[in-house]
Amino acid sequence: MRGIFLFCAVFSILALGCICVFLLANGLPFIGKVGLGNFFGTKWDIHNGDYGILSMIVASLYVTALSMIFGVSLGLLTAVSLYKFCPRRAVAPIRQMVNLLAGIPSVIYGLFGLIIIVPFLRDYISPNGVGYGILATSLVLSVMVLPTIVGVSLDALNAVPKNYYEGALALGATKEQGVFKVMLPAAKSGIMAAVVLSIGRAIGETMAVIMVIGGSPAMPTSLFQSVRTLTANIAMGATELSGDPMTALVATGVVLFFFALLLNASFSLLKGGEKRENKRASKANS
Amino acid sequence: MKTSAHQRQILKYAAYKLAAQAALAMTLIALIAVIIFILVRGIPHINMQLLFGDYTSRAPSLKPALVGTLYLIVIALSIAAPIGIGSAIFLSEYTNSKSRLIRIVRVAVETLAGIPSIVYGVFGYVVFVVTLGFGYSLIGGGITLAIMILPVIVRSTEESLLAVPRSLREGSFALGSSKVRTTFAVVLPCAASGMVTSLILAVGRVVSESAVLILTIGMAVRVIPQNVTSAGTSLALNVYYFGSHGYPEQAAATGVVLLVLVVAINIIATVLGKVFGKGELADG
Repeated sequence: MRGIFLFCAVFSILALGCICVFLLANGLPFIGKVGLGNFFGTKWDIHNGDYGILSMIVASLYVTALSMIFGVSLGLLTAVSLYKFCPRRAVAPIRQMVNLLAGIPSVIYGLFGLIIIVPFLRDYISPNGVGYGILATSLVLSVMVLPTIVGVSLDALNAVPKNYYEGALALGATKEQGVFKVMLPAAKSGIMAAVVLSIGRAIGETMAVIMVIGGSPAMPTSLFQSVRTLTANIAMGATELSGDPMTALVATGVVLFFFALLLNASFSLLKGGEKRENKRASKANS
Repeated sequence: MKTSAHQRQILKYAAYKLAAQAALAMTLIALIAVIIFILVRGIPHINMQLLFGDYTSRAPSLKPALVGTLYLIVIALSIAAPIGIGSAIFLSEYTNSKSRLIRIVRVAVETLAGIPSIVYGVFGYVVFVVTLGFGYSLIGGGITLAIMILPVIVRSTEESLLAVPRSLREGSFALGSSKVRTTFAVVLPCAASGMVTSLILAVGRVVSESAVLILTIGMAVRVIPQNVTSAGTSLALNVYYFGSHGYPEQAAATGVVLLVLVVAINIIATVLGKVFGKGELADG
């Protein structure tokens, strides 16, 4: 029996190994074949053998950065508000609702962007009459990552020992000062973990993005311009391409995979940091 | 002078508090707006033809997607559930948490959880569509999804196993039961509710997922899949298809169906967890 359970446990390692091997074995030779200069160049024109994904990397980074600016500022303040500045009785229901919203399929957020945000930007905000693009995508993504940021930051705040706050009050700080100057800095590695987690979701998100990004493989120069992220590049080509261009999408997947591994590593570092800090704090208290 | 600086400090932080409360309001409004707009746009377009009719270009139907989604749930769960539960049993019952193997398994599970779904899609495409030559098929998509939901099942099952008190296991050992018997007769029944909840949440993941499927099952929206090797589609994939192929009304209506399904799944999971959770507490 032990053997069966052992196999099940090792299955995750095997699966991860398979993913690495298959992606690298199919993607890396392609990058080698077209050349690093071509693959990380700015020009994507599959009919002429140009497979440059630099404009998509840039678009991915823009979209992620912008959605983090919106999402983190709003989500963090929301978590703080839920932590201390909100009627006690409302906290649990709001928490539950936020959890529920975290489970909503990303394609729904994409649809919301497509039928509401894009037309709104096109008609009222955009200077050039284009609703698609980086701003629309960032708005959709920032709403999408809100539940993650709120949930994880609130957990981080709750994990900070209460007597920090009481100590601040005893020294004459107001409630607000206690929360913003003492509790928030003390929860910083947990909050950073929330941010990294949401960066991962934003950079890897596909369906919500392809419905609002436009899709032209152009270098982003404006917030209102049809561009393409790494994920959109894969999903948009997937249903149409074959042969070399299809392999180019696999290679794009490899790049995305590396981003994900990088974020995973920083996430576990931060998580470890949070645990150590709270342990040290509770040791100092006892 | 000093007092006024102090006063200013206090005012500054009071302003922060107001900003925080405004942010809470904005967050709630934004998230509720998503739901309300989808419902308002979609509900008027839900009808029998859309739900159960035969697919035509003028009047698309969700029947192929409903069948496809069911196939995917069955395939993904029948692979991921036994492996995930077995894995969690190994992690919580058979080893101490300091062993190196356990650490590696945990890192692998965490990493699997962090891989973007489109990368799973690429993996599924390379393995099932190209290397194994299945072409676009529900079985390829289902297996890829199974790997993707594995971390969800492993982590939450392990949590519910660890929540079972040590004393129950020790009591069982004292009565002369073997490890296997203790696991199956004592630990698993106690953790059953948590495990069921985790499986239901995994179903929710399968239903919501679409990026994996676009590369593995082929988005065949017109025909009802005949068997597991057919190409197919799912509800979530249909939202994208309708949205980007000129059927915005159908997209919104499909969105409503999907939304209701996912929310129902989540509520069932929460309620089950609570109901059973109380029962367990009373037993202990």
